[in-house]
Amino acid sequence: MSADGLRSTPLHDRHVALGARMVPFAGWEMPVQYEGVIPEHLAVRRDRGVFDVSHMGQFHVEGPKQQELLQGLLSNDLARLSDGEAQYTLLTNDNGGIVDDLIAYRLGPFHTLLVVNAGNRAAAYAWLKEREISGSEVRDASDDYALLAVQGPTAIASLGLPEAPAFTHAMGEVDGVEVMVCRTGYTGEAGVELMCAAEDAVGLWDAVVANGTTPCGLGARDTLRLEVCYPLHGNDITSDTDAISAGLGWTCALEKEFSGVAELRRVKEEGPDRKLVAFVMDEKAVPRQGMPIHGGGEVTSGTHSPMLDLGIGMGYVPAASAAPGTELVIDVRGRPKRAHVVKKPIYTKSIHVKEES
Amino acid sequence: MAGAESYPEDLKYHPEHDWARVEGDEAVLGITWWAQDALGELVHFEAPAVGGLTVKDEAYGEVESVKAVSDVVSPLSGEILEVNEKAIDEPESINDDPYGEGWLIRIRLSDPTEVNDLLDVEAYRAVVAEQ
Repeated sequence: MSADGLRSTPLHDRHVALGARMVPFAGWEMPVQYEGVIPEHLAVRRDRGVFDVSHMGQFHVEGPKQQELLQGLLSNDLARLSDGEAQYTLLTNDNGGIVDDLIAYRLGPFHTLLVVNAGNRAAAYAWLKEREISGSEVRDASDDYALLAVQGPTAIASLGLPEAPAFTHAMGEVDGVEVMVCRTGYTGEAGVELMCAAEDAVGLWDAVVANGTTPCGLGARDTLRLEVCYPLHGNDITSDTDAISAGLGWTCALEKEFSGVAELRRVKEEGPDRKLVAFVMDEKAVPRQGMPIHGGGEVTSGTHSPMLDLGIGMGYVPAASAAPGTELVIDVRGRPKRAHVVKKPIYTKSIHVKEES
Repeated sequence: MAGAESYPEDLKYHPEHDWARVEGDEAVLGITWWAQDALGELVHFEAPAVGGLTVKDEAYGEVESVKAVSDVVSPLSGEILEVNEKAIDEPESINDDPYGEGWLIRIRLSDPTEVNDLLDVEAYRAVVAEQ
């Protein structure tokens, strides 16, 4: 831990040596950029990049009743998974609010691995631990692991790994380092997340970077995820927002019983009052979190899209204003700027091939 | 991305990381190498209207990078004669050439004696050294 109370990952010295700009993030000192957000973003869209996401948390949930425990706390249906598969799911509170969004990896009938957001690690762990039932045990193993996301169209081949369907995982080896290879990510590109023992992180990082993979910081991670409309917990989804309004109904198995399901069924039945929409700016301006949207809405995430060269964002608007094409006006520090709602994702490779030059 | 750190000798500086190139009763204004480096790749210059006024030490516009936005503070008071359209259309030119192609606005000074309050390059370098 550094003098200012921030934690650092096993790769901290590598980031500094590469000239990264280090910033505080969710209690960690993390690289926001190396060469720059835009070149890092383009590297991932066109080739590949590597992100240190070792700040994320890993919980082992084990025991003969582990699935029963998780089925009552997570929104998605774990029973749909076979060994070697994973799913995006939500940890919900009794009001249907989102305590965290996470990925659950089925390691066996009595063993699930949860990868949670750094900023929610303590809250998510406490939430689960307090609700343990006999025959289940939740263990925070975050400090044992490092996690590298290698993302982009050339990522998997560059690592010498076999192609595999999205949301699967398998043990593998990269440059002599044993890794859990997860076909998951937060960029909208093909790629993997490699989980390894914390003490192997430097060797794995060096091998990936030496292989010509562009080091990428949290800045590009944010622009990449926002172009493809992956929600960020704390911005777009919180313990006060529900999955239906956020457009995450597909992660909720409403036919099963879990925390907050009654409220989610009600919202689904009655229709949400407001919806999380994606939008692009029609005038030069960069929307930011917290900016009001005229007519009773608010921006929850905003940035400049490197692929579209436009301001883009997501935000909650009244349900009547949520249809693609609806014109919005965003209050950018007192200046009204025009935008319009678009279908999610904002960026897809197929319709933007012309951008690749 | 931007070239090496530089602070031309012939400019006057404001401690908020803005520069002025005074030419008679007019001045060209912009942000310094340090400012563009701190912000990162710029993606937007929110420019003022031609004909408007700048007030010394007050914001006349904003420059914005992917991650951050910053006011642009005017080192001098005056009437805005011209806005650099290239800085609006290609904000990266502010990173690439902050004292040349990336200038921001040109003004007619309303009080030329204000120039005496600005920093010379040595004094500004001392400000940067403290950051």
